[in-house]
Amino acid sequence: MLNYEIMRLIDTIKIKNAVEKMCIEACCKISFDVIGCYDAALADESSPMGEEVLRQLIENAKIASTENIPACQDTGMSVVFADIGEEVSFTGMSITKAINDGIRDGYEKGFLRKSIVKHPLDRVNTGDNTPAVIYYDLLKGNKVKLTVMPKGFGSENMSALCMLKPSDGEKGIIDFVIDTIDKAGPNACPPLFVGIGLGGTADKAMLLAKRALLRKPGDRSSKKIDAKLERILINKANELGIGPAGLGGNTTVFDIFIESYPTHIAGLPVAVNISCHSLRHREIII
Amino acid sequence: MTYKKINLPCKRELLIDLKSGDQVKITGVLYMARDAAHKKITEDFLLTGEFPFDLKEQGIYYSGPAPAAPGCVIGPAGPTTSMRMDIFTPVLLENGLAVMIGKGDRSKEVVESIKRNKAVYLAATGGAAALISRCIKQQEIIAYEELGAEALRKIYVEDFPAIVIIDCDGNNLYKTGREKYRL
Ligand code: SF4
Repeated sequence: MLNYEIMRLIDTIKIKNAVEKMCIEACCKISFDVIGCYDAALADESSPMGEEVLRQLIENAKIASTENIPACQDTGMSVVFADIGEEVSFTGMSITKAINDGIRDGYEKGFLRKSIVKHPLDRVNTGDNTPAVIYYDLLKGNKVKLTVMPKGFGSENMSALCMLKPSDGEKGIIDFVIDTIDKAGPNACPPLFVGIGLGGTADKAMLLAKRALLRKPGDRSSKKIDAKLERILINKANELGIGPAGLGGNTTVFDIFIESYPTHIAGLPVAVNISCHSLRHREIII
Repeated sequence: MTYKKINLPCKRELLIDLKSGDQVKITGVLYMARDAAHKKITEDFLLTGEFPFDLKEQGIYYSGPAPAAPGCVIGPAGPTTSMRMDIFTPVLLENGLAVMIGKGDRSKEVVESIKRNKAVYLAATGGAAALISRCIKQQEIIAYEELGAEALRKIYVEDFPAIVIIDCDGNNLYKTGREKYRL
């Protein structure tokens, strides 16, 4: 039974305003953690051309941040995670409208590119970068956590899903993930951040992979078995030689994050969602 | 880093000197076109036998810029993934296109056409759009304005940084670079 006495009321205009601000920030300010990865890789990279690419990325992030312009022209399709506390109730416009209005205004005010077409086949631009892809989750508590991820498609296009057999085990996962990164090669703007979803159903695995991209660079999974696999994959991926911008080098991935979930006795779903070097997202708790 | 300078449009004889792995700085005219503009250019050519601009010795930059903020010539404009243009590319190369700038792999057909026509494929750094747009000094939309970010633009660039990926002999830096650093 819901006890309306304890419900916290949130005006959805707050959500709209927060989304608007986060779109602009995520696209214009590459986060410090990510710039830290560029710096560390520059110290480590053995290919001179790879070093040059990393220097360009550092310089590019600086320019974008000081001039408040997008670091990349592909300001993505907006993926929004709305984690809503069960004790929250909303007033004002619907939350879906609030999110989409925030996207529309953020993309207009921030001079972000509008990259969404209305139908995959007729390909007419919606003109305002809406609609967003929104995932709602219910959590305990009286807060709302909103995460905005402007997802570029150079990297999204190189993502992949494989329904492995349980007997394929760890080796099957490693082979599939490394092959997917190898195929992405220079297309997905390496050095990459790679999100991996293990388990669940086909759709759940890909959602886990996308959520995995919200982790902080350098953070290993809290599950021992996943953390170990992350380390193996990071090493193997960096042996591929793809390097920054695919010109050859020893920095092919900055990080790989695994999120896992129980699955069926007959299945081993593995999803790989790829992010380029910019790893853009912002979050707020209201 | 030493850079070779190229001016565009460029005579074939000069392009032949460019080798896979060379770093270049480009000054001159480029045409900016991505997916939708390529489709339109090709459809118009099939219909009328003409291209919206003379392709001879010219370069195309695969990019769809973000909107320009006040006081800027153009918004951030980095390269987009070239392989989506592969299906349209051989016809353009056969008709005079000499230089392409983008990022990522090309199809076998495109590589063959590059060799046959003595063209060259370059890459700019994907994601370095704010930095790259500083090299763009002028821009105008010359066709398909309704496509917005995907309209066909003529731009003038100065010292635009790029790397030769596939030279006119078909050598491919994406392959050789990877082999060199693969463990
Ligand atoms: S993959 Fe990332 S860096 Fe590359 S073009 Fe797309 S958004 Fe930009």
